Amino acid sequence: MENVRPLQWAPSLQAYTGQWDDSTARHLLRRTHFGVKLAELKTVKELGLTATLDILLDDQLAQPSPPIKEYNSTNAALPDVLISAGQTWVNDPTADGTINSLRRASFKKWWVGQMLNQQISLREKMTLFWHNHFATESVDIGNAQFLFKHHSLLRKNALGNFKNLVKEITTDPAMLVYLNGQNNNKTAPDENFAREIQELFVIGKGKGAGFNEADVKAAARVLTGWRNNAAEIKSFFDPNRHDVNDKQFSEFYKSKKIVGKTGADAGSNELDELISMLFETDEVALYLCRRIYVWFIHYQITPEIEEAIIVPLAQVFRQNNYEIKPVLRLLLGSQHFFDVMNRGCQIKSPVDMLIGMLRETEVKFPADSQFTIQYGLWNQLVNYLTNMQQNIGDPPDVSGWKAYYQEPGYYKFWINTDTLPKRIQYLDTLVAVGYTFGGFKMVVDGPSWIKLFQNPSDPNSLVEALCVHLLGVDISASHKAQLKTDFLLAGQTQDYYWTDAWELFLGTPSNMANTKHVSTAITNLIKYLVDLPEYQLC
Amino acid sequence: MKRRRFIKSVAPAGVMLPSFVQGMGFKAFDTGHTFLNQVLLPTGDNDRVLVIVQLNGGNDGLNTVIPIDNYSKYINARKNIFIDESKILKLRGHERVGLHPAMTGMQQLFNEDKLHIVQSVGYAQPNFSHFRATDIWMSASDSKQVLNSGWLGRFLDEAYPGFPAGYPNVNMPDPLAIQIGSVASLTLQGPIQPMGMSISNPSSFYNLVNNIESPAPNTLAGMELSFIRETSRQTQKFSEVIKAANAKVIVQNPYPTGNTLADQLKIVARLIKGGLKTKIYMVNYGGFDTHANQVESGNNGSGTHARLLGNVSSAIKAFMDDLVYLGVDDRVLGMTFSEFGRRILSNASRGTDHGAAAPPFVFGTRVQGGISGSNPVIPTNVGVGDNIPFQYDFRSVYASILSNWLCVDDRMLNTVLLKNFQNLPLTKLGTCSVLKPVGDPENLLVVYPNPFHKSIVIQFKTIGGHTLLQVLDGAGRLVKIVYDKEVAEGTYRIDFDGGHLPPGIYYVRLQNQIIQQVKSILKV
Repeated sequence: MENVRPLQWAPSLQAYTGQWDDSTARHLLRRTHFGVKLAELKTVKELGLTATLDILLDDQLAQPSPPIKEYNSTNAALPDVLISAGQTWVNDPTADGTINSLRRASFKKWWVGQMLNQQISLREKMTLFWHNHFATESVDIGNAQFLFKHHSLLRKNALGNFKNLVKEITTDPAMLVYLNGQNNNKTAPDENFAREIQELFVIGKGKGAGFNEADVKAAARVLTGWRNNAAEIKSFFDPNRHDVNDKQFSEFYKSKKIVGKTGADAGSNELDELISMLFETDEVALYLCRRIYVWFIHYQITPEIEEAIIVPLAQVFRQNNYEIKPVLRLLLGSQHFFDVMNRGCQIKSPVDMLIGMLRETEVKFPADSQFTIQYGLWNQLVNYLTNMQQNIGDPPDVSGWKAYYQEPGYYKFWINTDTLPKRIQYLDTLVAVGYTFGGFKMVVDGPSWIKLFQNPSDPNSLVEALCVHLLGVDISASHKAQLKTDFLLAGQTQDYYWTDAWELFLGTPSNMANTKHVSTAITNLIKYLVDLPEYQLC
Repeated sequence: MKRRRFIKSVAPAGVMLPSFVQGMGFKAFDTGHTFLNQVLLPTGDNDRVLVIVQLNGGNDGLNTVIPIDNYSKYINARKNIFIDESKILKLRGHERVGLHPAMTGMQQLFNEDKLHIVQSVGYAQPNFSHFRATDIWMSASDSKQVLNSGWLGRFLDEAYPGFPAGYPNVNMPDPLAIQIGSVASLTLQGPIQPMGMSISNPSSFYNLVNNIESPAPNTLAGMELSFIRETSRQTQKFSEVIKAANAKVIVQNPYPTGNTLADQLKIVARLIKGGLKTKIYMVNYGGFDTHANQVESGNNGSGTHARLLGNVSSAIKAFMDDLVYLGVDDRVLGMTFSEFGRRILSNASRGTDHGAAAPPFVFGTRVQGGISGSNPVIPTNVGVGDNIPFQYDFRSVYASILSNWLCVDDRMLNTVLLKNFQNLPLTKLGTCSVLKPVGDPENLLVVYPNPFHKSIVIQFKTIGGHTLLQVLDGAGRLVKIVYDKEVAEGTYRIDFDGGHLPPGIYYVRLQNQIIQQVKSILKV
C-alpha cells in the first residue's frame, strides 16, 4: 500500500495539549475499550485527559470473580459433584476430559462477560493484547484450571512489568503444556518455547533481531527440567531433568555464557540469567513498542514513525525497567495519538465490533443470579466471534491473529468475502431480530437507547448524533439528509413529522401503532448505520 | 506484443462427456431431471484448475515418505517413532521408498499413475519459524527476501490485468481464486490487493445492501474504508455465480465424514463441476506441528500423525474419485505443501522439532506418476540439529506447474517467480502443446526490458484524463511517481531510471480513471 500520509506530517510524542472535546475523548475511549457508552464519554470529557489516563492505567482495580459452574456435568465419567452450580471451578483439579471441555467453554463465556462489563480501564484491552502476544490455544492446553491460571496471569499483569510477565509466563503451567516446556529435558531438549520466546515474545524478527539457531538450542537447554503438577495446578522444577552443562550464546547476546547449575534452584537461577540476557538487548523494547503501536494506532510504521515514536518510546520503556504503564501513558497522551490522521483508521477486530456494538447501544443482559441464561447468551457471542475468525482463547497459532503481524494487510485480514457478510448478518440479528436464550432476548432496544441522546425529537440532531457515536469515518451531509428523510420522516419533507411521532411515543407509549412506527424507524436507521463500511472502522 | 494468457483446449467441450454416462443406466441415479442436467453440464472450456492443499504446522516428511533403503539409519534416528518396516505401504515399481501405513488412498493413486512425489523440496538457508517459513513458501521468496505478494497472486495479476476493475467480464465471469475458509492467504495476495475470494459456505451468502457512498477521505481511514467497500462489492458480484454453480451439482461420489479436508475438497469439486472458471482453489488442514506425541506410545503406526496423514490421504483419494465421477478430472491438478519438514532426529516427547526439506505431493489424472529425486541421506550419527537438505527448490515445483499446467510463457514465468527455476516432469508430456491462446482484456501497460538493470521503458495506453504511473517496491512502498498528468487519449512512452534501486521485485502501477493495471518488474 502506498503511504497516504502527507509529507509535512510530523509524528511527535509531545503531550497532546489541544482541545479536549467529544471527538478527542471518543477517540481515546474507542481505542482503549471495546466500544464507548454515552455515560463513559460524558465522564471522561469532564475528567480531562490527564485524569482519564490515571483511571485507564489504574492497576489496583479489583479483580473480577472467577468463572462458575454453569454447565451440566452429569454425563461426565467423573462428574464434579463437589462443586455446586454457581460456585467457581477454577481451584478444583480434574482430569476428566468432558469436565475440562465444559470448563474451557465456561471460561470463554466468562471472558466475553468481562469484556461486556468493562469499566473505564485499559485492563480488558490489554488482557486481549497479551493473549494475542503470548498466544496459546485452549484446546491444546486442555486442562481448564491451567487455562484460567494462565489467563489470570495476563489479567493481573495487564498493566504491570513486561520482564516479570515474561519470566512468569516461562514457567506457567499452560505455557509449559502449549509449547512443550514440560517435555523439555536434558536427554532431548524441546526447542518450541525457546524459539518462540525469542522470535515472538521478546526479541521479535525486526531488522535488529540477530539471534540464531544456536541461541534457540542453548535457550532450550537452559529451560530443561520444568514440569507440571496438575493436582496442585502448578509447575515445578525437576533438577534430574535439567541440563547442567554450560550454555553458550551468540554475539547478539554479547557471547553470554550461562554456566550450568545443579540443585533445586538451578532452573530458576538459570532462567533469571536468561531473562536478564534477553532484556539487555535493545531490540526487546523496540519490538514491544511496535506491537503496542500496531494495537493502539495503526500498522504503518514508516521510518519517520520508527524514529520519532518507536525509538523514544522504547527508551522510556528501558528507563522504567520495562514497566508498561509509562509507555502507554506517553503514547496515549501524545500529539501523535490524537492526530486526525490516526483517527478512524483501525478496522475493528471482531471483539471490537461485536462487544463494542452491544456496549455502545446499551444492550441489556440478565443479572448474575440468572447465570445459566447469562452464560448461555455469552456463549452465543463466543460463537459469533469464532465465526468471524476471532475465537478468544484459541487464536490460529502461537503467533496470534494475523491482523497484528501479517504484512501487507494487517487489520485487513479481518475482512474478506466470507467474514464481511457474517459481520453484517450478526449485527443485523442483534439490532433487528435479537437472539433468545432461556426466555431472555439479547437485542438492541432502539427507542430506549436513543432517549439517552440529547435531543432525539429533532431528526437532524438525532441522525447527526447517531453517526458521530457509531461511525469511524463521517458520512456526507447529503447522505445524512437522505437517511433522515428515508428512515425518520418516512419520505416526508417536514421535520415535525418525526418530532410529533417521537413525542407521542414518549407521552402515550400505549398508542401501539405509533410506538411500532417509531420503533421500526429507529431500528431500521441503526441497522442501516451499522451495516455501513464506515461502522467497521474505529 | 500479445502475450499468451488465457488458454483453452482446441477440443470442443462436447467430447469430454464423462464415460460413466455410457457405462451406467440412468435409472439407477434418476432423481428427476436434476441429475440428468448435472451430467449434461458442459465441462467448461477445459480451463485448467489448480488446487493447493496446505498442511499447516510442518509435516514430518520422513515419516510420510519413508526411505526403505536407509531403513537401519532411519530407525536409529527415530528410535521412539519409527514406522515398522512390514507396515510401510509399497509403491509400484519403487522398492526403496514407501508411504506411511495410514496413506492407503495415496498408495492407490500412486499405483494408478495419478500421484507424483517430489523428494526433499525446500530452499537454501531454511527458516524454522512457522510464520516466516509459511511466508517464504507462499510468496516464493528467497530465505532472506521479504515479499508481500504471493506467487499465485502475482500469476493472477499478470493473467488478469487490472483486476478488480472491469471484472467480472466475459472472459472471467467468476472469482479468479477461491479460498475455502474464512481466512485470506498470502499465496493469493496480489501486488496491490487480494486476488482471491474466501468462502466457507457456497450455498449461503448474507445479502449486503448497496449503500450510498460518501467519498473516502484521503487518509489512513479512507484507505481502509475503500478496502472494505471493495470487499463488499466483490462479495455481491460473485456470491450469485458461486451459489448458482454450487446448486447445479446434486450428486457427488462419497467423501469420508469427520474429515475437514474432505469437506473442503468436496466443495471444490462441486464448484468446478458447477462451471466456475476459477483458476485456483486453496484448502488447508492443520495440526502438523507434532513436537510431542506424534505417535501413540507402543504403537508407532497410530497416533496424531497417522490420523492426520490418514485424513489427508482419504480426502484426496475421495476428491480424485469424485472428479472422475463428475467427469472433470482432466481439468484438475492438485499439490500439497507444508511450511517445512521436521528434524531427522526425533525428540524425547515422541515428536519431532521444526526441520527443513520435505516431499510435497502432486496429484491428478494428468500427472506424470512417479518420484523425482532420491531418498534423503540419513547420517549414521544423527545430531539434534541435523536436517534434510533440499534436492529441489520449492519454486521448481511452482515453475513446473505454472509452465506445464497453467501454460504460462517463459517471460511471465520470470515475472511471477522472479528468476529461472528447473522444470520438473510433473505432468504428462504435451499437456500444454495442444493449447492456443484466447482473447483477453487489453494490456494497457508494457514494461521492458524485464528483468532490468538500469533504465526501463514504460509504455502505457490511456483513455484520457488523469493518468498516474507509480513505481512501488516489493513491500508496496512508493518509490517514485513517474507520471501524473491530465492527458489526451493515446499511447505514451516514458523512461524510468532505476539504476539506483537495490535489486529485487518492483511494481509499475498505472491508474487511469477506474482502470488500474500493475506489472511486476525485476531489478537485477
